[in-house]
Amino acid sequence: MFNIYEELNDTHIDVLREIGNIGAGNAATALADILDDRVEISIPIVRVTDFDTAVNALGGAESMTVGVMLNYYGDANGMIMFLINMDDAKLVMKILLQGYGEEDENEITEMKLSAIKEIGNILGSSYIGSIATLTGLQIELSIPYVAIDMAGALMSVPIIEFGAVGDKVMFIEESFSGREHNLKSNVVMFAQVDTLRIIMERLGIGI
Amino acid sequence: MSQQRTVGISDFVVAKGPDILVTYALGSCVGICLYDSKLQIGGLSHIMLPDSNQFSKNEINRMKFADTAIADLVSEMRRLGADMRRITAKIAGGAKMFQTQPGSQIGSIGDRNVDSVKQVLKDLHIPLTAEDTRQNYGRTIHFYLGTGIMKVSSLNRGTMEY
Repeated sequence: MFNIYEELNDTHIDVLREIGNIGAGNAATALADILDDRVEISIPIVRVTDFDTAVNALGGAESMTVGVMLNYYGDANGMIMFLINMDDAKLVMKILLQGYGEEDENEITEMKLSAIKEIGNILGSSYIGSIATLTGLQIELSIPYVAIDMAGALMSVPIIEFGAVGDKVMFIEESFSGREHNLKSNVVMFAQVDTLRIIMERLGIGI
Repeated sequence: MSQQRTVGISDFVVAKGPDILVTYALGSCVGICLYDSKLQIGGLSHIMLPDSNQFSKNEINRMKFADTAIADLVSEMRRLGADMRRITAKIAGGAKMFQTQPGSQIGSIGDRNVDSVKQVLKDLHIPLTAEDTRQNYGRTIHFYLGTGIMKVSSLNRGTMEY
């Protein structure tokens, strides 16, 4: 079966990782502004992996997960999804909404959902922004969509939309640490078959 | 002793009672349980896409598409002795996980999967006896081949038996 991800060599993966690094750096700056804290982000682990491995890295297919999904379109087309497990999501919401009367950790209010959606939006924009800057491609982003459900069920959405040809995904795992808290989140990137090729060509390492 | 067997994405498994077939975290995908109650032969298929026709025949994974997966699942059950006239179906999944803007292409795939599965079953004259489909949440299926019961569980809505 034709699968562009399998044609990526180590140089391509390095480039994707570097895009991930730049994106993560942008995201850290943006998050630090919002969280009013110094946020450090580990060097992201970028993997090109199959669906099952990605789902297991999220804690298993049935684990309760918050997913924020954005579509990108224009010169490059695909989806980017920010995934964070429920416990870490509660921590993020707690930090974000301190002093807003949203102290009950177990209640997921509209306000908390918007906060998480905004974090997903920032991360998604940071990654897509870094790709656009490096390649000079014009890339637009949709508004963010949020859902809380089984990790496997959330991830199946982009897999279905953009995984029709192959079954591999680009999976970026990163750890954020602030003064008091550490948490892990994952960004999964899906690209249309042509999109990865265009990105690599623009960066001078055509597939 | 019953044995539990897991069915992955774009996969199917055929077994006999009292075995249990499980498939986890169906989102927009659809799980199809086919059953011959007399012989307790059952199969569970986890499809991702409605239709294989837009793809070149020799490159596809047939277990990924509703049309090809159901046809192959039926053949496999018949090979083990199941009778076409006795096979019945129960299905679950086909959700819209993210509430996107009206008119957006993204997210309509669950509905299309459910529609296609129903059409394929109809074409094969397999009666659909139960369904737990569409809506907006993920589902896990346990299919008990001793009884033909399909159990559907989700994170916030408990477990339903069909």
